[in-house]
Amino acid sequence: MNELGWIDLALRSARPRVLGALMRYFRDLDLAEEAFQEACLSALKNWPGQSPPHDPAAWLIFVGRNAAIDTVRRQSKQAPLPPEDALSDLEDTEADLAERLDGAHYRDDILRLLFICCQPDLPATQQIALALRIVSGLTVKEIARAFLVSEVAMEQRITRAKARVADANVPFETPDEPERVKRLAGVAAVIYLMFNEGYSATGGDALIRDPLCEEAIRLGRLLLRLFPGEPELMGLLALMLLQHARAKARLDGAGAIILLEDQDRRLWDRGLIAEGLALLDKALRHQAAGAYRIQAAIAALHARSARAEDTDWREIDLLYAALERLQPSPVVTLNRAVALSKVHGPAAALAMIEPLAAKLGGYFYFFGVKGAFLMQLGRSADARVAFDRAIALAHTPTEAAHIRSQIDRLSRENKN
Amino acid sequence: MLYAILCYNDEDITSAWTKEEDDRVMARLAAVTETVAKAGRLGPVARLMPTTTATTLRKAGQGKRLEAGPEPPVVTDGPFAETKEQLLGFYVVDCASLEEALSFARELGHANPGGAYELRPISLFLPGTAVT
Repeated sequence: MNELGWIDLALRSARPRVLGALMRYFRDLDLAEEAFQEACLSALKNWPGQSPPHDPAAWLIFVGRNAAIDTVRRQSKQAPLPPEDALSDLEDTEADLAERLDGAHYRDDILRLLFICCQPDLPATQQIALALRIVSGLTVKEIARAFLVSEVAMEQRITRAKARVADANVPFETPDEPERVKRLAGVAAVIYLMFNEGYSATGGDALIRDPLCEEAIRLGRLLLRLFPGEPELMGLLALMLLQHARAKARLDGAGAIILLEDQDRRLWDRGLIAEGLALLDKALRHQAAGAYRIQAAIAALHARSARAEDTDWREIDLLYAALERLQPSPVVTLNRAVALSKVHGPAAALAMIEPLAAKLGGYFYFFGVKGAFLMQLGRSADARVAFDRAIALAHTPTEAAHIRSQIDRLSRENKN
Repeated sequence: MLYAILCYNDEDITSAWTKEEDDRVMARLAAVTETVAKAGRLGPVARLMPTTTATTLRKAGQGKRLEAGPEPPVVTDGPFAETKEQLLGFYVVDCASLEEALSFARELGHANPGGAYELRPISLFLPGTAVT
């Protein structure tokens, strides 16, 4: 790695911690980001030709803090009265510039930074975009590319989202335990959203966007390092690793979807699977199972099956039943029906999903799954209707193409 | 004399490596070890999974006496984090599950109370040839 390579990497990996600390000092996202930029510029000037500082994050926080104090001073000369909030910790900061960084603070700093991005009134894609911009430090251009929208559109989306979170007033005091639990759950949800947006895109041309999956995994690792005893974070990371391990096998050379049962399992990433299984093993030592752990356990059953026909569908059905009890949702039932169809046949599975029609009437997967069950039952005309509906609801051309290939199969079978 | 060389680095940074960067680092390291391996002087090489996969068994007895203390050993999630104890050795053992590895560690802890064991899955293991 060349010199700029290591500096870049050090800046990138220090970012959540540094920005989190600067947020605690200045309580203003724009000011904190600006201070971080200043600190990075200073690092790029000072670090080349030297060995890395012993603690790059501490160096950056120190320099960033000074830069922001200068900014606030300059602004206070122009504006008659600086907002109280922006100056809240400033006197302490000045009095104690050489203060050593308090390690106990920084996990809550990073958690707060992530939590700011996951305000529930923001649309999911804006939460993800904001987390990518603020916590991961991806450029607007990179995020726009990941979402396959124009840079201008993404810039606007992020600006709007930032304005919304600025009003959200996330408290800066060290959170008590219930508040911390609440934040962790919110943050885990936005990380999983980010992963899912990469795993199965809701828009654009490409079905899979690896950078989103990889960034979500990176954040999942970061969070679990900060809170090593949280079983749901273990479950979440295990789930993402086990799913992402299949990335190379999920599409064929032409970009068409390959279903789980038809995938070449030799293409699955054994390293990611081993790490996912190790994490799940840890998570399962804890008592009551959470939603991420159950989903990870399901993914693990697939990962452990050398061939599709070895899959323990009975166990998967039981796990989905447990997930249904814990987190009732028509989508979970739909997934359970797929497992059920392998154990008890398509008629039972179809009966299970019929009552979901009202709730999932606008859901691509519902009609894809329903069509597949009908096809297995030999009800071609009904299957065709379901598949047509699925195509109309497809998010990406890849999804639509997959359903068309099912229809082709249907017509071929009818001719025979 | 056999030497163990223990590898330390900032996980925030190494986990931010792309697959390509990781492969490049591993290839450069392999080139260095190759010469020593050819001379029959390289023992086992292991790459550990990230610390997020670690589990720590705090042994009974706290090292104050040889018999196991009254408190049972305590299992916690995460890596060994104390700085007042030093790394003294390691075992590599093939186990079907974390539970199995923990029960082996508990037996070791019974034989030698005090201190702690950190259990960490291994992602890459090359047995080597040096040791006779």
